[in-house]
Amino acid sequence: MSGIHDFIENEVKTNDVVVFMKGTPQFPQCGFSGQVVQILDYLGVAYKGINVLADDALRDGIKQYSNWPTIPQIYVKGEFIGGCDIVREMFQSNELQQHMTDAGIPVKAA
Amino acid sequence: MSRQNRIEAALTERFQPERLMVINESHLHAGHHNSDSGDDGSFDGTGETHFRIRIIAAAFAGMNRLERHRAVNALLKDELESGLHAMAVEASAPGEATRW
Repeated sequence: MSGIHDFIENEVKTNDVVVFMKGTPQFPQCGFSGQVVQILDYLGVAYKGINVLADDALRDGIKQYSNWPTIPQIYVKGEFIGGCDIVREMFQSNELQQHMTDAGIPVKAA
Repeated sequence: MSRQNRIEAALTERFQPERLMVINESHLHAGHHNSDSGDDGSFDGTGETHFRIRIIAAAFAGMNRLERHRAVNALLKDELESGLHAMAVEASAPGEATRW
């Protein structure tokens, strides 16, 4: 378990934006993961997608790490933002764009 | 008691909502990949696997989005660990704009 914990911690601390998702950004295997990918792609934000379906230990591990029961999960600068609903609501109210900008992450102008 | 009834009862007791809608959206996910039922498994859409929760309660005032979701998640932990696969949550405090 600690191995997975360390892996996750390293990923969220060394990448500005990380999405733990089902499938890959190129081929999401779940509609909720797909929505997050679409939003981040629309904003032109660079991010790392990590496929939790590739590893059962990771799939369970990320739920414990974040204390969050579902996938996808989004981290910005090591901070847990939320899942699909929260990312979509933040995007629709322009908070996500602002959050990225405040964190020093370039966002494509609308 | 169905999962839907259990969810409604738990939310009602915990948050005493002004308005509450618990919608079974499992049928919308029929055919979607579900690795819980094997590598090639999929949802058949007939179960109680996917729900949307719309709730307005005073308890959410002063809580940010993450805190609202965490409060609902924590309340429904047992359901999430026993086959509730996905839960969309629209949690509002009274007076906030809603679309339902």
